[in-house]
Amino acid sequence: MIGQLFEGVPARALVLGGLLLGVLVAAPFLVNDYLLTVLIIILYYAYTGQAWNIMMGFAGQLSLGHALYVGLGAYTTAALYVHFGVSPWIGILAAIPIAIIGGAIIGFLAFRFRVGGVYFAILTIAFAEFARVGFDHFSWVGGSSGFFLPVANYSVSDLWNLRGKPMMFYYLILTMTVGAFVICRLLLTGRIGYFWLAIREDEEAARAIGIDTFRYKMFAVILSAGMTSLAGVFFAFFYNNLFPEQVFHISRSIELILAPIIGGIGTLFGPVLGAFLLTGLSESMHAILYKFGVDIPGVKQVFYGLCLLFVVIVLPHGVWPWVARVLGIRERRS
Amino acid sequence: MPAEIYLNVAISGILTGLVYGLMALGLSVIFGVIRIVNFAHGEMMTIGMYIAIVIFSAFKLDPLVMMVPIAAVLFVFGYALQASLINPFINRPEHSQFMLLVAIALIMVNVLLIIFGPDAKNVQTSYAFDSFLVGSLIVDATKVYAGGAAVLVSAILFAFFRFTYIGQAIRACADNYVGALVVGLDVKRLYALTFGIGAACVGAAGAMLVLIIDVTPALGPAYTLLAFIIVITGGLGSMPGALLGGILIGFTEAMAGLLFTPSAKSMFAFALLVLVLLFRPQGIMGKRTT
Amino acid sequence: MTKTTRTDLARKGPRVTRRAFTAGAGATALLAGTAPFNIIQAQGAALKVGVLLPRSGAQAGIGQDCQRGVQVAAGILKDLGLPNLQIMNADTETNVEVARAQAEKLINEGAQLLIGAFDSGQSTAIAQVAEQKGIPYVINIAAAPPITEQGYKFVFRNFPVAGTILADAFANQKEIFAATGSAPKSVAFLHCNDTFGTAMKNGIGAVMPKFDMPYKIAETISYDPTARDLSVEIAKAKATGADALLVVSRLNDAILLTRELVKQRWSPMAILSMGPGWYEDQYLKTLGKLGDGPLSFVPWYDPNKKLSKQLEAAVAKAFPGINVNTNHVYTFEALLVAADAYKRAGSTNPTALADAIRKTDIKDNVSTGPGIQFNAKGQNDKLRNSAIQNRGGKLVTVAPKEASNAKVEWPMKPYDKRG
Repeated sequence: MIGQLFEGVPARALVLGGLLLGVLVAAPFLVNDYLLTVLIIILYYAYTGQAWNIMMGFAGQLSLGHALYVGLGAYTTAALYVHFGVSPWIGILAAIPIAIIGGAIIGFLAFRFRVGGVYFAILTIAFAEFARVGFDHFSWVGGSSGFFLPVANYSVSDLWNLRGKPMMFYYLILTMTVGAFVICRLLLTGRIGYFWLAIREDEEAARAIGIDTFRYKMFAVILSAGMTSLAGVFFAFFYNNLFPEQVFHISRSIELILAPIIGGIGTLFGPVLGAFLLTGLSESMHAILYKFGVDIPGVKQVFYGLCLLFVVIVLPHGVWPWVARVLGIRERRS
Repeated sequence: MPAEIYLNVAISGILTGLVYGLMALGLSVIFGVIRIVNFAHGEMMTIGMYIAIVIFSAFKLDPLVMMVPIAAVLFVFGYALQASLINPFINRPEHSQFMLLVAIALIMVNVLLIIFGPDAKNVQTSYAFDSFLVGSLIVDATKVYAGGAAVLVSAILFAFFRFTYIGQAIRACADNYVGALVVGLDVKRLYALTFGIGAACVGAAGAMLVLIIDVTPALGPAYTLLAFIIVITGGLGSMPGALLGGILIGFTEAMAGLLFTPSAKSMFAFALLVLVLLFRPQGIMGKRTT
Repeated sequence: MTKTTRTDLARKGPRVTRRAFTAGAGATALLAGTAPFNIIQAQGAALKVGVLLPRSGAQAGIGQDCQRGVQVAAGILKDLGLPNLQIMNADTETNVEVARAQAEKLINEGAQLLIGAFDSGQSTAIAQVAEQKGIPYVINIAAAPPITEQGYKFVFRNFPVAGTILADAFANQKEIFAATGSAPKSVAFLHCNDTFGTAMKNGIGAVMPKFDMPYKIAETISYDPTARDLSVEIAKAKATGADALLVVSRLNDAILLTRELVKQRWSPMAILSMGPGWYEDQYLKTLGKLGDGPLSFVPWYDPNKKLSKQLEAAVAKAFPGINVNTNHVYTFEALLVAADAYKRAGSTNPTALADAIRKTDIKDNVSTGPGIQFNAKGQNDKLRNSAIQNRGGKLVTVAPKEASNAKVEWPMKPYDKRG
């Protein structure tokens, strides 16, 4: 398996990747707390982007309601923790199945009834909105007045209950992101990866040669949903408050998918690069505007939108393929 | 509850639904013909609403009267947008189109925020608070006018697509893209025209809607979603379907709000959407696509 | 939409020596308040205060309104002889993650105290950062109880929690009923299904029975915060046959609801609002004569207090046509607390500041009640809420009696009789 992990990877990529990982591991000792928080946000979006990428880039299904899984994971573990004192590590044993069931329902409905393309996207939006309104009325988890997790002493790093300093959370999300990266790499280079490629390129043909497209598409959906729910768990315990209006909102779903689309759908490193680019862009825009004394709300978002526009028009496959070319790394599959 | 309440609410829902239907009509035209996923639809309507507000506060002209100029401005805007930015994206995968339009929508919303600020604005016509007393029924005057205008504009649109040369050409593109090319139609120009028409539709709908609700820069996305739900429910490529979908959604939401708890009424629209997608994906009046 | 103002009026003196001296002297000596120390502090460096507000995003309007309280503060604080504050503005973008990151950023850039952030979710995120870093944080507006129930040592809130707002609302209503000799027998309760609305609804269930109110709630009708059309909700409320309307909504809904009331020809005996919206400038301007009458039971200011008059004058001068409201008052008071604590602490050391804040006792303030003090949890539980009424495009305070400046108009004039 280790061999499979590194097979076919050019040496340059390994070196650069290793350097990046090294810098990230050392980060808490190199940067101040504000930058650490920014890095946490970046890695969070890299992780969720990677999870979303599985559904989109690998199985070709555009999901615009991924916030649903984030919310399900967040609320399940938070509720278990607040009401029963259950550690989130145990809580995920409930959160992941719940998210998977959600994904399975959507996947089943979509694939059995041949709902594809933009209809599928709308279907995912509808489910997320349904959850939003539903949780707004779900008083056991606070409803729309919000669900608050009790915050304990900060000087103690309690990994079991996920209470502690930002550094602990940083390493947690770093581990999750690296883990997601590894999982995706293994899947892509294995049999499933080839099946996914076939389905994405031409589903009819894939079915014609005997690939059970339903089963592999479902697998992508379920895996994506399950992985995304873990991001929800992180979110709940890092920010310590949940509001259905914010957690399930469509703007959240859109935020999740910006990074992988900008970075490059279907690529392994795309979501990570995308996350760094977007957050970096956002923060530097903030800093630049501040320097010029421009303090009008909305200006930053306009520039943000213009940059997005630029990338979408000029680099339709995302930024990573271009960067990879420049760095001289050829990725085996695009 | 007395029977009039149900009737009042039903009528109100249907009238509002007509305006929603007009807005969705614009999307149906765009989506049905060009197959572009216009996620900036609601934002375009918001722009139309703001234009109506600016004209009203400057010249005190009623939005219903100004509907034509507003639609014209939006037509030009839509045409330009399609010809410049959107055309190259027609054959690109959905997520690319989506990203393009999300970026455009983001820019639109924030430009509006910069120009107009975040406070809600509205148009207060002299008849803003009127209502008609029909027997024991109370019918909101502005909704009647808006609904009437929506029917009028839709009728004009139907006539356009059925009886004019350009209208038929556009329908030809929708039905058979390759065939249209073969026959020699300038598809690119027709696409730009179609987007312009769709935008004009949505601008007109905005001029009517501004009488009923207040505008904020962030109003767009909810209406984009609503438009998609209506179009899918009513049937893609079917104009009567869009109107019917609008009426149906308006009615369902109103009655659900009355019978259950109003804060959950949007859940019914989504439930309806899911049912339609599963059991009749071509929509109520759509044609089954090959 | 304002340019960044950095009120940096610090007079540069030999800061290092004096600061080192005063910091070394310790909190006790400073709190003794002996004259020489006060003079020194007036010449000291300005306190760096980070102001976190939602200046873009869904709550942009409110955030920008709160900012007005910040802008008029400098002049008034100076008149009071309080030390200068260097304001560092930040935008939370109505987003929890951004709020947290911006709080970290401000602290990184040297903020010695934070105030903000209007929204309970964002305030919670900022509170966590403040507590972790040991930087005092004074919340201007946020009603969710859990924030001050966490055992924090650096978080203070000068704003009533939902339960207090409700309790005072009922008390004020009873006072009004007693003064006018009439009360509704049944009310229709309409509330927005968002954070604040639901918190109030839950609170009413808990608090109302204790007050033995003369009316019953005929029906509870909740509506979606993104509702485009509230005709169904009003139709339902009217159909209950209730005398009055009890409501928790926001600005846009308030305008929509009023329009529907007019269109559906229902003039309730009174509109009892326990939240924002019905008293805001936009409401009054949009509805004109039709906007008079509603009673709002909200955290407010005491118009009879001396400092209130100063604030009113400052707002009138800086922002003509804008009525002083909760956003201005409580944001201003957060800065008042900061400046006052800085004066007493005599140092920018965060722990000293936090200790000074905890001992705050300002009797000459603006908000209704005996003044600004904080209990062990960091909450000002002495705040009272007022009842205000829209009258002729302005707002008058009708209850509680000791903080009022007008008599209530009851019942509300029917809409069709307003010419």
